[in-house]
Amino acid sequence: MKRVTFGWSFFVTVCLVIFISVPVWGRTIKIGVIGPMNFVQGKGHWNGAIMAADEINAKGGVQVGKEKMKIELVKSDSNEFLSMTDATNAIERLITSDKVDFIVGGFRTESVLAMQDIAMDNKKIFIGCGAAHPEICLRVAKDYNRYKYFFRGTPFHSGYLVRTSFAHMGFVGAILKKELNIPKVKVAIVAEKAVWADPMVEAAQGVIPKMGMDVVGVWRPSDKATDVTAELAAIQKAEPHMIFTMFSASVGITFSRQAGELKIPAIQVGINVEAQKDGFWEATKGMGNYVFTMNTYARGVEVNELTKPFVDTYIKRFGEVPTYTADTYSAILHGLVPNIEAVGSLDADKIVARMENEESNVPSGRIKYEKDAQGRPTHDLTWGPGYLTSLGVQWQDGKLVAVWPNKWVAAPGAPEVTYKGMVPVKIPPWMKK
Amino acid sequence: MNIIITGLITGSMLALLAIGFSLIFGVARIVNIAHTAFYMVAGYCIYVLSVKLGLHPVLGMLIAVVVVTVFGLLAYKFLIDPIREHEAAVLIATIALAMIFQEAMLLIFTGDYLTVSALIEGYFILFGVKIFYQQVLTFGVVLVLLAVLWFLLMKTKLGLAIRSTAEDREVANLMGMNDSQLAMITMGISVALAGFTGAVIAPLTVLSPYMWMEPLILMMAVVVLGGLGSIKGSFVAAYILGFTEALVVFLIPKGAFLKGSVALSIMILVLLLRPEGLFGIVFEEER
Repeated sequence: MKRVTFGWSFFVTVCLVIFISVPVWGRTIKIGVIGPMNFVQGKGHWNGAIMAADEINAKGGVQVGKEKMKIELVKSDSNEFLSMTDATNAIERLITSDKVDFIVGGFRTESVLAMQDIAMDNKKIFIGCGAAHPEICLRVAKDYNRYKYFFRGTPFHSGYLVRTSFAHMGFVGAILKKELNIPKVKVAIVAEKAVWADPMVEAAQGVIPKMGMDVVGVWRPSDKATDVTAELAAIQKAEPHMIFTMFSASVGITFSRQAGELKIPAIQVGINVEAQKDGFWEATKGMGNYVFTMNTYARGVEVNELTKPFVDTYIKRFGEVPTYTADTYSAILHGLVPNIEAVGSLDADKIVARMENEESNVPSGRIKYEKDAQGRPTHDLTWGPGYLTSLGVQWQDGKLVAVWPNKWVAAPGAPEVTYKGMVPVKIPPWMKK
Repeated sequence: MNIIITGLITGSMLALLAIGFSLIFGVARIVNIAHTAFYMVAGYCIYVLSVKLGLHPVLGMLIAVVVVTVFGLLAYKFLIDPIREHEAAVLIATIALAMIFQEAMLLIFTGDYLTVSALIEGYFILFGVKIFYQQVLTFGVVLVLLAVLWFLLMKTKLGLAIRSTAEDREVANLMGMNDSQLAMITMGISVALAGFTGAVIAPLTVLSPYMWMEPLILMMAVVVLGGLGSIKGSFVAAYILGFTEALVVFLIPKGAFLKGSVALSIMILVLLLRPEGLFGIVFEEER
């Protein structure tokens, strides 16, 4: 009896080993999707990637030379909000154990910088879909041979984020002046205490007066503050017309909810990552009405012909508007795949050489990789009309609608930009009293 | 006036947490690091009961307090009681418990930020300062709970037993009091207080699996400042730190994020100058 049992066990083991080792469906292109998977950013990474993979595989896969290869995704939780070590371990595992061909994702700059080194050492193409710090791409220019395998997929770097935010502020400031008959708009700067916001606060203090507005104060609550009533009492005392926000964490919900409930007579404009999500309305119990934030996608807005199909399919499949980290979709479908097919190989060097010179339309605009002042490739994204601009969105009675760019002129003589689906900005009614 | 009102509200929230923590330490010498994790669990319970299951928020809050109290009693029975004599082991075990709660919440609810509705929506204006009704409710609940706690400790046999055990466990044992049972009851009261805190504060805050860490630090600062194990001390210290936080925000707007650091600095200063805190017992005199 014992011998029979051992014999069967041995047979089953051998079968399993053969089954695991031999590719039954031919070789696949393995793409590692790395991100904080327990958080909305990581969910966006994964959702975008599976949409792209399903779309490609439904058409038979990727033509690599004479072979048709399907996409296989490998999900990797970087846990980067809590541990950078987890993030580096995760990308190491993707490369050495899962043996992925390409990597997309990453969110926190600090983690992406560390993950980038590991990917570059292994000559893996890594398309970053979350971190905004310019240094990530400056490394490509400074040490091209080592860092050339990195491309920024989304968002455009933080310098451009600042410029866009200032454009939003100027846009709303002009409306306030006109509608409320205010001679000079007063602005309160409220930024969470985080490294990414530090240079933005400094820049805002310098730029706002040049835009013809006054800064009435700067407040820096903790990014996880659960109560900002003290800050709001002080802000209200300073009597601003606009609150320029820089929030990426939960304080964005706390601040908007409490400011809305207390009817602080100022409109919030700036970056509020939590306000970009469909769940914001419920999270603030409707008190986030009239909050204006930068965003990448919105219902009913068409930046180009690719936007609507992507957004509509995403909403249908996942029940919410995609956040910008879902641009793993573009990174795979419009970034990697056309270049793999064009070079007919998975050779990273060949793909990089082609990809860095290509321009392509993606659902959020048009991608063109930048070169620095000395003409060195940075693999960073070009910002501005005709390329990527992002959107200005506002919560209006439970709906997140797009309000910018609406007749936006980026510079004197530049073409006016208005995307299809824009609606007018609404001023909080309690400001009109 | 802004500072006074904001300080009172913040102080009340801190007092609710610190008093429960102080109670179990004073009676059973249990440093329950998971105290604010119980408060977090209460918040999530309320979310599930009132938002997901549609129960009335008050009913949701009461059930949440009961659920959290049961969790606390089970934690005491199976985790703390067997190692109670080893204070360092209890400390580590409660840290582990808090981490378990955190990971469980992360698994169930993911890292998404969630909120629950206020029991009373809206605000009123007092001396030019806008105050949420929910904040006033919190302040009221603190006062009521303190009165109940005072009555329980000072006017009942159970309170007498708890105080006796806190004073001298060995003598209380010789007098026929079951100190293990009393510690369990006190643990139940302490965790119930954490549950109540979660119940009244949840509508004012944002739920996340990491929400227990920040109040833990502030609560520890309050408890050290007030004197380990001293309920009266915790109450006074909570308001001192509440006013300190308000002062930081109003006087250094750019350094509003420093309010936690200032509280911790005060804690360190007190430890250096008066290790027993404002109303605590000198360590050397303890059992």
